[in-house]
Amino acid sequence: MNAPLIIFFVLAVLAVIGAVSLILQKHPIHSALSLIVVMVALAGLYLLLGAEFVAAVQIIVYGGAIMVLFVFVIMLLNAGEEERTDFSKLAKFGGLPLALALTGLLAATMTKHGASLPNPGTAGTLAPTADLSTALFTTFVYPFELTSFLILVAIMGALVLAQREKS
Amino acid sequence: MVPTQYYLVLSAILFGLGVVAFVFRRNIITIFMSIELMLNAVNLSFVAFSQAMPAANNHKLDGQIFVLFVIVVAAAEAAVGLGIIIVTARNRQSLNVERVNLLKL
Repeated sequence: MNAPLIIFFVLAVLAVIGAVSLILQKHPIHSALSLIVVMVALAGLYLLLGAEFVAAVQIIVYGGAIMVLFVFVIMLLNAGEEERTDFSKLAKFGGLPLALALTGLLAATMTKHGASLPNPGTAGTLAPTADLSTALFTTFVYPFELTSFLILVAIMGALVLAQREKS
Repeated sequence: MVPTQYYLVLSAILFGLGVVAFVFRRNIITIFMSIELMLNAVNLSFVAFSQAMPAANNHKLDGQIFVLFVIVVAAAEAAVGLGIIIVTARNRQSLNVERVNLLKL
């Protein structure tokens, strides 16, 4: 077993444990902290895949900004432990088998068709960030500009939604 | 060297766990977090596919650029979604999605 494979399995187990913990924790703040574990593990996997810029963005935007937003909202709303209510019958009896079937189907398809794919480069062959930015500002310049509008609309929407109504 | 399909299977597992969390959790914030988990799972397969492409291919980096766009959209979605959550929690005095049933028969 070579080193990248060992690192992959450590990070993969960490990510899966974090995701399972997200499901099992009762308190939303514990779920949020579990999700941070998943995101950091995924950033490590991106580094292993040689996508250094995506790994950095993953840490900064997901692990930093988005999760801070979540934690802020949890504290702002003083969210307590989740109250248990009855599930709908479909979720109660069909939820787990259907989710397992979906995962199995996805995994089986990925294994079947992914086997013909070549192996990704190791950490030695990093995707140059310069190439990434060149593609972002030439081929993808219109979508890139559109995202700035999207963010502007999102900021205004969040402000309008979260402000207190004037009485 | 890690085979590409290992990453893809891990991505499928994380997506499935996100679906389970989405179906079984009752807290609206946790449900929102499970959506982020599913987005992350898809991002992983994007990067894996991108790295599986031959180095000479012109579109090798497209997968990573898609990931960047997905992250931008997820950030915008988180801002608006959490705004909606704050309004709902203020109006309903509860974070339980079962209580948000105005449109239910």
